[in-house]
Amino acid sequence: MNGSDETLLDDVDETVRVRFIVNGRKVACEVAPRETLVDCLRNALELTGTHAGCEMGACGACLVQLDGRAVHACLMFAVQADGAKIDTIEGLTESGAIADLQAEFHRRNALQCGFCTPGMLVNAHELLTQIARPSREEIRDALSGNYCRCTGYEAIIDAIDAVAKARSEEGGAT
Amino acid sequence: MSAPLTSLDRPNSYIGRSVPRPNAKRLLAGRGRYISDIRLPRMLYAAFLRSPYAHAKIVAINVEQAGALEGVHLVAVGADLAKICTPWIGTLDHFKGMTSAPQLPLPLDRVVWAGQAVVAVVADSRAIAEDALELIEIDYEELPLVVDIDGARDPGGPLVNPDSVNNVCFRSQLDSGAVDEAFAHAAHVVEEELSFGRHTAVTLEPRAIVADYDPAVGALTVHHATQTPYQFQDLYSRHYGIPEARVRVIATDIGGSFGMKLHVYHEDMAVVGLSILLGRPVKYVADRIESFVSDIHARDHRVHARMALDAKGEILAMDVVDLTAIGAFSTYPRTSVVEGNQVIRLMGAPYRFKNYRAALEVIFQNKVQTSQYRAVGHPIACAVTERLVDMAAAKLGLDPFAIRARNVIADDAYPQTSPTGYRFEALSHQVCLKRLHEMMDYDTLRAEQAELRKRGIHRGIGIAAFVEITNPSPAFYGVGGARISSQDGAILSLTPSGEVRCLISVTEQGQGTEAIISQIVADQLGVAQEHVKVITGDTEVTPHGGATWACRGAGIGGETALQATRALKRNILEIAALILQEQPSSLDIIDGEVVDAVTRNQRMPISEIARIAYFRSDTLPPGTQAQLTVSHHFAPQGYPFAFTNGIQGCSLEVDVETGFIKVLKHFIVEDCGRVINPMLVDEQLRGGIVQGLGAALFEECRYSETGQLVNGSLADYLVPMPMEMPDIVIGHVETPTADTELGAKGVGEAGTAAASACVLNAVNDALVPFDATINSIPITPTKVLKALKRF
Repeated sequence: MNGSDETLLDDVDETVRVRFIVNGRKVACEVAPRETLVDCLRNALELTGTHAGCEMGACGACLVQLDGRAVHACLMFAVQADGAKIDTIEGLTESGAIADLQAEFHRRNALQCGFCTPGMLVNAHELLTQIARPSREEIRDALSGNYCRCTGYEAIIDAIDAVAKARSEEGGAT
Repeated sequence: MSAPLTSLDRPNSYIGRSVPRPNAKRLLAGRGRYISDIRLPRMLYAAFLRSPYAHAKIVAINVEQAGALEGVHLVAVGADLAKICTPWIGTLDHFKGMTSAPQLPLPLDRVVWAGQAVVAVVADSRAIAEDALELIEIDYEELPLVVDIDGARDPGGPLVNPDSVNNVCFRSQLDSGAVDEAFAHAAHVVEEELSFGRHTAVTLEPRAIVADYDPAVGALTVHHATQTPYQFQDLYSRHYGIPEARVRVIATDIGGSFGMKLHVYHEDMAVVGLSILLGRPVKYVADRIESFVSDIHARDHRVHARMALDAKGEILAMDVVDLTAIGAFSTYPRTSVVEGNQVIRLMGAPYRFKNYRAALEVIFQNKVQTSQYRAVGHPIACAVTERLVDMAAAKLGLDPFAIRARNVIADDAYPQTSPTGYRFEALSHQVCLKRLHEMMDYDTLRAEQAELRKRGIHRGIGIAAFVEITNPSPAFYGVGGARISSQDGAILSLTPSGEVRCLISVTEQGQGTEAIISQIVADQLGVAQEHVKVITGDTEVTPHGGATWACRGAGIGGETALQATRALKRNILEIAALILQEQPSSLDIIDGEVVDAVTRNQRMPISEIARIAYFRSDTLPPGTQAQLTVSHHFAPQGYPFAFTNGIQGCSLEVDVETGFIKVLKHFIVEDCGRVINPMLVDEQLRGGIVQGLGAALFEECRYSETGQLVNGSLADYLVPMPMEMPDIVIGHVETPTADTELGAKGVGEAGTAAASACVLNAVNDALVPFDATINSIPITPTKVLKALKRF
C-alpha cells in the first residue's frame, strides 16, 4: 500500500452515530463504519463480557442476542446493528433470564477459564427457547459453533441437559 | 440406613469434596477481567508488521509515512528496542552443548520465520496502528530456507543461523547398556517409525499484555495473560534493567494457557519496551491469525523405535531415535529441548525392562518456535511405546490387556528406577489396568466389534498406559541456570473479623487453583470455605513462587497452603490458650470456634481471638506478640518429581469409505494421589483428553514449501468441537505421595498424555482386517484412505 490510500483512510475514520437498545437501555455511540459490533460493545460500551476469539464466526465467544436471536458480534459491523435490540451476557445476567443455566454451569463446573462461557450461555439460552427438551446429540449439535479449549464440553452438555429437564418439569407442573 | 462415616463427615472437611469454584460465578456473569478487557488511562495500542518470508535479509525499512499518520505515536524497529533491551538466549546449562542464537524483541537485519514481527507501531487505536502498518515499506532479500526435518539435517543445506555449522540445537543420548545383546537374543522384535505433526494451543483468549511504565518513579506494571507472573517479573527486570521490586506483573483472569502462556514472546518483550520508550501504557492483543503464526507450536517429532521381547511376551529392551524440529530459535527461558528430553525419558515408563538406548536430535528450521505445551513429551513417548506394545501383542497373539498385564511394573514393586533414570515412588498400573477393563466392559466391546465387522462396520478399541511427570523439583530448571522457581509461597492472615485471607503464588487459569487452596485452608484451619479468600496472580501482593506449570498447583501450591495453615492454626491456638488459660494442645478449631480438643465443647470464636489480638492486645499477658499473619514457603524435597500414572481406553469407528473417524467413547483410570476436589480433577481429565483427541485427529499446523503456515485460522485449522467429542468415563485410584502431608500429585496433563496413543491404537485395531496401519498423527481421513490404498 502507499500514500494514495489516504482518502480511503479518511473515509473509514469518519464516524457514524448509531443507536441500539442494549440490555434494555437506549444507547447511542459514534462508530467507524469498519468497526464490528463486538468491538463497539467491548470498547465504546465497556461490555467486556462479550469476547472476541477468532473474529470470523468460528468460535462463538462473541455471541450476543440481537432482536432475540443469537448472532456473532464479530461478523457484524456496528452500523448494521443500528436500531437493534441487543442483549449481552451482562444484560441476560441482570434480567435473570439465564440464572438457572448459570447456576447449573456453576454447580457442575461447566467452565474453566470462562472465556467461551458467555457465548456458550447465549447459545444454550437460544437452544432452549427453540427446543424444550433437546437430546444430548442435539445439544452437542447446537453448540458445535462454540469452541471451548478447557472443559472437553461434557459438563457443559450435562448442565444444559439438566436445565432443559428442570425447565420442562416446571412447565409440566403448572 | 446410614452409610459409615468417612473423613468427609468431619466438620470443615473439604479435602476430597466436590465443591464449586468460588470465582466461577463471576466468569459466568460476564464479569471476568481478562487482560484483553483492561483499559488504562492514556493507553495506546500496538500492532506489528510481520515478515511475509520464512527467511530473508532485511535490506531497508521505510517508516516515514507510517510515522506521519495521524494518531500514530511511535514506529519502532529492531534497533530502537535493542538500545534498551538486552538479548536473550534460549539455552539451559544442564543441556550440554545446546545452542540457540540470541533473540531481541524485533530483528535487526534478518527474519527467520514467516510471521515474525519486524516493526511495531503504537497508535491511538489498534485500527490506526494497523492502518500505519500498511504504510511501512520493507525491502527484503530472500534467503534459502529449511522447512522440514530432513531438509534441516541435510549437511549441505541452508543454515537457519548462518553463524553456526549446522542446524543442530541439541543432541543427547541415553544408554543403560546391553541393548544390542537384548535385541540379538530376543524372540520377537517390533519396529516402527512414527511421526507427529505440529499443533498449537489455540487458547480461546489470545496472548494479551498491557505494559505500563511510569517514568516518574521508574516502575513498570505489566498486566500479562501469563501463567508465570514471577518469571516475567524477573525477565522484565533483568532485560530492561529495572530493579525487580519496581516491576509488578499482574495476571488476573487468563483465557486459557496450557503451557503456551509461559514463554517469552517477541511481541510481549517489545510492548514492554514500547511503553518504556513512550512512558505510557501500551496494549497488545494478538488476533487469531497472529496467534497461529507467533504462539509456540508443539510436538513435530519423528521417532524410530524398536522393542525386543522374549518368547513369553515380556519386554526386554527398547531402542529409540527421536528427531524433533523446533523452529528458528529455542524458546526462552525454558528452551525447546525439554519436550524431546522428556520423550526419550518417558519412553516405556509403565513397563518393567532393563535395557534402553535413545538418541535425541533437536533441529532448527525456518518456522515459529515449538516449546512446552500441555503434557510436554508425554503424548509422543506414550504413543510410540503403546503402539509398539500393541504391535508386539499382535505378533504374539496376545490381547492388548494381557500383554500390558504381563509387563507393567507391579504395584508392590516400588520404589523403582526406570532404565531412563526416573525414580518412581509408587504407581498403580496393575489396579488401573484392571479397573479400565471393567469400566470399558471390554469383553462386550470386543464381541460387539466382531459382530459389527461382519456387517462391514469397522470399530476399533485402543488402550494406552501412561506415566505423567508432575511437581518438578529445582532439578528441572533451576539446575540449568533458569530463574524459575520450584518453590511456592503463601501468606495467610486471620482478619480482624475472624476470616482468612490467603495470598499464594500458584496462579489460576480456570483449573480451580483458588478453589482447592481455599478447600485446603478451610479444612486445615477448621473454618467454613466461604470465609477463606484466596488471592493469586500479582507479584506485588503474592509471595514469589513457581506458579502454575507442569502440574504443580495442587501438589506444591496445595502443600504450601497446608503448611502455612497449620502454622497459622498453631499461632491462633497459642493466643487462645493464653486467653483461656489452657494448653494449646488441648484446643482445636471447628467451624471458626476454638473448642476443647477432646470434648469439642465450644470455648470462644476465633473472631474473638482476632478482635483481642488486633484491638485489645493490652489485655494479653506481657510480652505476647500475636502473629496472626504467617508467611510460609515450601519446595519439594525427596523425589525429584511426583510421577502419576493411569490408563486410557478408546472406542471408535472408522468409516473405511470416507476415512472419517468417530470417537464413540473414551475412558480413563487415573491416579493423581490425594484428590482434593473430584469434580475439578474430572474436568482436568476431560479437558486434557479432548486436547489429546484434537491432536490425534484434527490439529496440525501445515506449512507450504516456502515456510508459509497455510491453515492459520479457525476455519482452516480444525479443533475439537462439541459434536466430534465423545462422553468420557472416569475412574480414580488414589496413591498419595509420602513426600508431602497433603499427598497430592498433579493431574492436568494426564488426559493429554495418552489420548492420542489410545486413538492411534484404536484406529489400527479397526484397520486390522485390511492389513493397513497408521503411523502418523494427526490421523486425518486422507491418511486413513491412503493406508487403505483408496486414495
